[in-house]
Amino acid sequence: MEYFVQQLINGLTLGSIYGLIAIGYTMVYGIIGMINFAHGDIFMIGAFVALIALIAIGLTAGAGLVIVILALLLALLIAMALTAIYGWTVERFAYRPLRTSFRLAPLITAIGMSIVLQNFVQVTQGARVKPLQPIVTGGYEIMRTTTEHGEFIVLVSNIQILIILTTVLLMAVFALIIARTPLGRAQRACEQDRTMAALLGINVDRTISLTFVIGAALASVAGLMYLLYYGVIDFFIGFVAGIKAFTAAVLGGIGSLPGAMLGGLIIGLIETFWSAYFTIEYKDVAAFSILVVVLIFMPSGLLGRPEVEKV
Amino acid sequence: MTGPLLQVRGVETYYGKIQALRGVDLDVENGEIVALIGANGAGKSTLMMTICGSPRARSGAIRFDGSDITAAPTHQIMRSGIAQAPEGRRIFPRMSVMENLQMGAAVTDMTHFADDLERIFAMFPLLRKRSGQRGGTLSGGEQQMLAIARALMSRPRLLLLDEPSLGLAPIIVRQIFAAIRDLNRKQGLTVFLVEQNAYHALKLAHRGYVMVNGAIAMTGTGAELLAREDVRAAYLEGGHG
Repeated sequence: MEYFVQQLINGLTLGSIYGLIAIGYTMVYGIIGMINFAHGDIFMIGAFVALIALIAIGLTAGAGLVIVILALLLALLIAMALTAIYGWTVERFAYRPLRTSFRLAPLITAIGMSIVLQNFVQVTQGARVKPLQPIVTGGYEIMRTTTEHGEFIVLVSNIQILIILTTVLLMAVFALIIARTPLGRAQRACEQDRTMAALLGINVDRTISLTFVIGAALASVAGLMYLLYYGVIDFFIGFVAGIKAFTAAVLGGIGSLPGAMLGGLIIGLIETFWSAYFTIEYKDVAAFSILVVVLIFMPSGLLGRPEVEKV
Repeated sequence: MTGPLLQVRGVETYYGKIQALRGVDLDVENGEIVALIGANGAGKSTLMMTICGSPRARSGAIRFDGSDITAAPTHQIMRSGIAQAPEGRRIFPRMSVMENLQMGAAVTDMTHFADDLERIFAMFPLLRKRSGQRGGTLSGGEQQMLAIARALMSRPRLLLLDEPSLGLAPIIVRQIFAAIRDLNRKQGLTVFLVEQNAYHALKLAHRGYVMVNGAIAMTGTGAELLAREDVRAAYLEGGHG
């Protein structure tokens, strides 16, 4: 039981990170119908920007709580802003010129963009893993039992609390923006009928750009949290995390925002529980098997709409 | 002001290699109701969309209120005071009626939203009842009312209506046409409408144009066109006359 609870906490943490990335996939798919395969690498860029920002801020392990929070907040804002610029740039120069082209063209370009971003970071930051000293330490003991093998303690670390709370907060703000603000309405309108949105005076290009900007900003938050959680990053982390988040988006129903979040949590939980109860070597196999099964048996996902011809 | 509110000169539009408009000339004066009639596939809807820059005219010129809008992006054209209730209504199916109306007011940044909403609900009381319902669940007639209402929310100077009577019961057609006449008389709204229902359209309009194969074939006042034998034979026989 205690073991289960511990894995649940770990799984939720991982799922939060996947969910934040998955939103970028699902939003872009919703509005322009393409899978942005470079999105995982945007997440990686976010992690690197956050790392550089944190090193530049020069936080030391002994700093007080307020200082740590302020430094993290500053790093978060820097990462969001700079990563958003990457997201905007990728859309503007790599995808927009191909928007009226055949369907496969932006997809292939996205894969190309992914390789470009990876190699750019590899060349400028080096191929080795980059460590970050632990900034958020400590945690709470929530359960303790004594078994014949000794004591088992269920811990929830501060960093886990931070990740889950930040994710919940961001999701709430984001959902509110989409549901209630003119920007969110314009975004949904473009998703449902781009021509009509333009006929109502909506600048469709700008709305699409903003979609990439928001997706990239959320991915950068995931990047910062990944960095804090694992303590090491390299230029290749976007690949696996990106495909897992993509799996999450497909599982939740691509195009559906709550679906992306739900899918992220489920993938995070499956991966964690698989590692905990079966073999850790096969955790990626478990996650990706889900992708295959969903695509075969439930192509519109858990919360997605079945594809219908537009009338 | 000199010149008509909308002036279309020699406009040619292509879908890929297929030419849909072959040199259209047309004027809509301030305060008029102008009807464009013609057979299916004559290019009527293409003209409506070309005025809005989607698709762009390949040659020719479109001027609105004196300024050239031929090459302007669609959203800017719509922000200059044109609104369209397009072919097929294009209601956002997964947005509520209220949200569809809010989208209509996006151009004005919602500054007059509350007032305009009351005005619209007075005109189409049914929409008030449906305001929380998803656009996709409305009936055809309700969607048409919503499409017109949404277009009006932007406070346009020129309203483009593409087949407002298509697929609707006669009583609803009368209701919608009465609303259009009212808007024109009481608020001086300029209306340019495309119709297959030629009889009703020409009765309503001050002037009319007949489009054949992507070009204007005839023009005249509504009464003149209604009186012409060739117009009656081609567009009116079969029940309306």
